[in-house]
Amino acid sequence: MTKNPDAQEIVKRLSDKFKGKVKDIREDKHAHGKKKNSTLAYWLTMDRSVFKDAVAEICGLNYPFLSVISGRDTGNEIELIYHFYVNYGGKLQEQGINLCVFLPKSKPELPTITDLIPGALLSEREKQEMLGVDIQGISKERAFLPEKHPEGNYPWRKEENA
Amino acid sequence: MHDAYKMFLGPVHPALEEPIFFDFKIVGEKVIATNLKPGNAHRGIEALGMKRNPIQVLYLSERICGICSVSHASTFSRAVEAAAGIEVPERADYIRTIFCELERLHSHILWAGLLAHEIGFHSVLHYGMKVREDVMDLLEYLSGNRVNYGVYVIGGVRRDIPKEKHEKIRQSIKYYNAAFEKFKDVFLNDKTIRMRTEGVGVLTKNDALKLCAVGPTARGSGLNKDTRQDWSYLAYGDIGVKAQLPSQVTGKINGDVLDRTIVRLLEIKQSAEIIERCIDQMPKGSLVSEPKAAVILSRLKNAEGEGIARTEAPRGELHHYVRLAKKEVVDTWKAKAPTYNNLMAVPVMMKDAQIADIPVIICSIDPCIACLDRVSIIEGNSGKSMNKYDLHELCLRKSEMFGKIERGHQ
Repeated sequence: MTKNPDAQEIVKRLSDKFKGKVKDIREDKHAHGKKKNSTLAYWLTMDRSVFKDAVAEICGLNYPFLSVISGRDTGNEIELIYHFYVNYGGKLQEQGINLCVFLPKSKPELPTITDLIPGALLSEREKQEMLGVDIQGISKERAFLPEKHPEGNYPWRKEENA
Repeated sequence: MHDAYKMFLGPVHPALEEPIFFDFKIVGEKVIATNLKPGNAHRGIEALGMKRNPIQVLYLSERICGICSVSHASTFSRAVEAAAGIEVPERADYIRTIFCELERLHSHILWAGLLAHEIGFHSVLHYGMKVREDVMDLLEYLSGNRVNYGVYVIGGVRRDIPKEKHEKIRQSIKYYNAAFEKFKDVFLNDKTIRMRTEGVGVLTKNDALKLCAVGPTARGSGLNKDTRQDWSYLAYGDIGVKAQLPSQVTGKINGDVLDRTIVRLLEIKQSAEIIERCIDQMPKGSLVSEPKAAVILSRLKNAEGEGIARTEAPRGELHHYVRLAKKEVVDTWKAKAPTYNNLMAVPVMMKDAQIADIPVIICSIDPCIACLDRVSIIEGNSGKSMNKYDLHELCLRKSEMFGKIERGHQ
């Protein structure tokens, strides 16, 4: 049986395939307990033009578990962080891939990945409502905020009126 | 052929423990399609967290959920520790693990009682409540509190579990091993429970994978996935945990309500074992990396970085992302609870179910809407949405009011 590529291998393939569109790759390790067993996660920033292709590449190599999408307002941009995990099912074998993508506030658009990972839907809709990101290809109906909440007001934005 | 009609459930309904809205399309008694809308229990916790320092947010995180309060505190504190590069003493890792497993014990027993309640088997609900009291008492004995324990601090734990307290924990373990046998007998051998759970609310392994299901919901569908097994945190890497699957009991996986029940029952026994091993193997040493809270706070204010942490909470994986940016308050905080993932699986489980099975299926994912609805806007009587400044103003007015009452008493 062929072994599925681990996080290190996946990150390498992403950086080879999307040369110049992947940056700030770093390894993140934390040890716990008496035996100091360590976790391993990678952080990398993808250009938004290849973001969906990168997710498709990960899905093709080793179908990941998407835990959640985090997001923040950096001032001029919105950063989304897709927290993927691969290789679960063995003792301490799971590894993380945190895929970051920056979207300009003037055009905060990103395609949906629900055709690849249907479970991403709720997380994508939350980012639409809380950060005002336009995830293309999913419903714009509100799932979290009350219907009477003012249009264009996004609670996680750092602007004064948020 | 009957015509399809709509049926609404919630946001407040006796069959739901917490507010959430379901919109079903029904033909006859059969569910054809399900839509759901959370957002009715929003409290604005993440937005509040981004206005406070990490030590204050730790106690706020503990209040996301009344059942898995320690799981949120555990995940948030480890995310902060990862962002700030703070190491936790080994003994604290073991004490933290004991609290997480005690929480799983009372959560799973509460859930078993609630499932029995949804089925209409109230003697089992009452038995569950009675059995759960022992672990609640134990938590109070160890921490001083029954719900929000306040045991976690950034960099360690507030309270030790000294040797003289071990005996009471061992008694509880014995008690829960006996309770496990009784629960197992009731849930696996009672004809009514089997009829109401077997083949009901099926979620296939592939659907669980694609919908990013977590915890007993994922394991009940055969996904060999448990953060305690897969990811090193607290003392779990030392102890060694194996994901519990229903096939261990039945030899097969159906992905139904019964399988999700079996997983939780097996985890009651597993939690008792983990607690016992933690007591046996607990290392000596300090409880905190830095005893002075002011020193930790100063370090956090000057820290810059981002951290993630994960916990296998009773309902599944918790995930917190924290970013510190050399300032007084937490720059970014994203808390994800297991219901966030598992809710996506409910419409699939509901397909072709009978109306009478709806509460049982919803209960089978052990939903926690308080965990799911963290960020919120509260509507006043006028229907106007309230933002963080409105809430702050209300808070000040309330404090002023209490001040006047107090002065009036003097």
